[in-house]
Amino acid sequence: MARLFSLSRAIVQFRGRGLAMAAGSAKLTGAPGACLVFLPDWTKLMPHRTFFAFIFPSLLAMLLFITLPIVSVAVQSLFHEHEAILTSVESCDPFGCQTQTKVDSAAMAAIKKEHPLGQFAGLSNYTDHNHLALKDLGQIFASGAGWRGIASQIMDLPFYRALAFTLVYCFAVTPLAMVLGFIIALAVNTMPRFWRGPAIFVSILPMIITPLVGSLILSWMFNPAGILGATLQSLSGDPRLSLRASATLTWLVLLTYGIWTNGPFSFVVFYAGLQTVPLDTLESAKIDGASRWESTRFVIIPHLLPLATFVALVQLMDNFRVFEPIVGFSAEANATSLSWLVYNDLVSQDAQQFGSAAATSMMTIIGVIILLVPVLIRTWREFSRKVV
Amino acid sequence: MSDAVNGRPAGLRVLTTAFLAAWLIAALFPFAWTVWGSFKVEGDFFSRVSFWNAIHGTRTIMQTGGAYTLAGYDGAWIKNEFWRPAINTVIVTLCVTCISLVVGTLGGYALARSGHRYAFWVLIAALVFRAMPHITLVSGYLLPFFQMNIWGVLPTTIIVLVAINQPFTLWMLHSFFLSIPKDLDESALVDGCSRFQAFRLVIIPVMWPGVVTTGLFSFLLGYNDFTVTSMLLSQENQTMIPKIASFLGSIENAGNVMFAVAAVVSATVPLFILVLFFQRQIVSGLTAGAVKG
Repeated sequence: MARLFSLSRAIVQFRGRGLAMAAGSAKLTGAPGACLVFLPDWTKLMPHRTFFAFIFPSLLAMLLFITLPIVSVAVQSLFHEHEAILTSVESCDPFGCQTQTKVDSAAMAAIKKEHPLGQFAGLSNYTDHNHLALKDLGQIFASGAGWRGIASQIMDLPFYRALAFTLVYCFAVTPLAMVLGFIIALAVNTMPRFWRGPAIFVSILPMIITPLVGSLILSWMFNPAGILGATLQSLSGDPRLSLRASATLTWLVLLTYGIWTNGPFSFVVFYAGLQTVPLDTLESAKIDGASRWESTRFVIIPHLLPLATFVALVQLMDNFRVFEPIVGFSAEANATSLSWLVYNDLVSQDAQQFGSAAATSMMTIIGVIILLVPVLIRTWREFSRKVV
Repeated sequence: MSDAVNGRPAGLRVLTTAFLAAWLIAALFPFAWTVWGSFKVEGDFFSRVSFWNAIHGTRTIMQTGGAYTLAGYDGAWIKNEFWRPAINTVIVTLCVTCISLVVGTLGGYALARSGHRYAFWVLIAALVFRAMPHITLVSGYLLPFFQMNIWGVLPTTIIVLVAINQPFTLWMLHSFFLSIPKDLDESALVDGCSRFQAFRLVIIPVMWPGVVTTGLFSFLLGYNDFTVTSMLLSQENQTMIPKIASFLGSIENAGNVMFAVAAVVSATVPLFILVLFFQRQIVSGLTAGAVKG
């Protein structure tokens, strides 16, 4: 009992304002400690019925709109759209007549109504040219080109192109944004107290902004006629340098955007962590003759390390679904991501490719789960520790 | 930390200040520049001559007579009826926030107080769901929604956003509830309250800070969403963010990119106001997840 109590007291001290209020009203409701001794066991564990009554709406929502869609995606990924039923139509305009092939929409509607999922396709959605492209891979490796040639040929395949950018974005932006956030946190922490509020306000803007809006704002500035794009052109001395023309520049700008918008999250978390660095440890380090760098390296960084793993895991998961910047920067010619591939399959109004989108979705989900394994292990450990 | 400040060598101080200045400019300048440019004509904001034109408004003066013009806002809000998606955004975000909070506080409370092992498994499942890319879920919705004929309307989108939001809301509220001493509801139970009465009359009144913080994040999720709203809403029911995206397709070619700039600035203003008033809650919410593990 004593252990439980000291624990909750520690929590109260730790959690600040909201908790001070909670403790205050605890006093009003009577002496809880005294009652606790006489409480029968059933209050410790919530009865199953009560638990499910409370959580039912939430569970239902997640079941219907998260679990079922995943099942639906898994099923859809095994089907392929009906082959388009084509008819030829001649259309004329002032420049002459052309024969166009058009989809016979009436016939299509009939067959769609009969089999809404499409034709059963087995795993072919996963292995075709737009996804894992096994056949193409085989040819590329058989062609006997050097590793450089093989790499560039693989990068021409849509799925691998998207995967490459997604992974690069994920694993470049996450650490760089964390380093940026850490340095901002250190710097803001040295500011006079009065200026910290405004500095935090400005610093969290890039994070709070709608991703699509933020990327549009930057893309307009990087436009060849925009302020940064024009500056880049004159700095590099290349009057034709633009996002559209240069794949390297597109990647760099997208990564810059990612760091810009992700940095503030690390900053906020690290800044909060800096407020809890034990001052006496810092002081004794100083007395022992530690330099500024050494006390940062051996006191501050170890103190922030648990926070850093948390931030890294969350950011990796979030960056893996990078999508809006590609739409905002109209970067699809030079950089695509897995999420963008799904979007692209779904977005065309008349020829939505559900099967293809579902196959990419399934592979994205597998990727997320691989990233998630360390988080799950960590949560599991923490929970076991709490229980024991 | 503050006494460490006094002893900093001059070189480091200069470096820190320079870095801070550079970062603050990088964080703020894009917004300031776009807001400024939204009052100019396209020839100035996207000037092929020099960006000084955007500052002086050379072409704006030539075309409209004044250094500032409201043409972009006029085009977006009046000609392209941007107020319709704005109203839809208000409806969607308010409903998403309220429903998420009602459903989430109930669930979060149960998770924080259950003590049974399955509560942990629900939390783990929520964590996995939280990581699912939204677009993959959307590709699961579309076909069933077409079949059931509920695609394109606001209520469907609201419920989907609430559900997508649930894992995060549950985690956050669960950790806020954990920080409220169990003794509080236990004494209420002893006094003869039912579980629900204890929850409503004793716990919720002291939970307001947590509820407000979580509400802010639900609001941001609803407001900032592009994936779900752009795929699940029909043209006439679109909210602001997908509308801006469709602006780009339709008007960039027509030479009216300034409409999109004005719409973007209009969509940013509510976020600025939000941060201005709730900075403390946003910061505490972000750290809540991290510091509390």
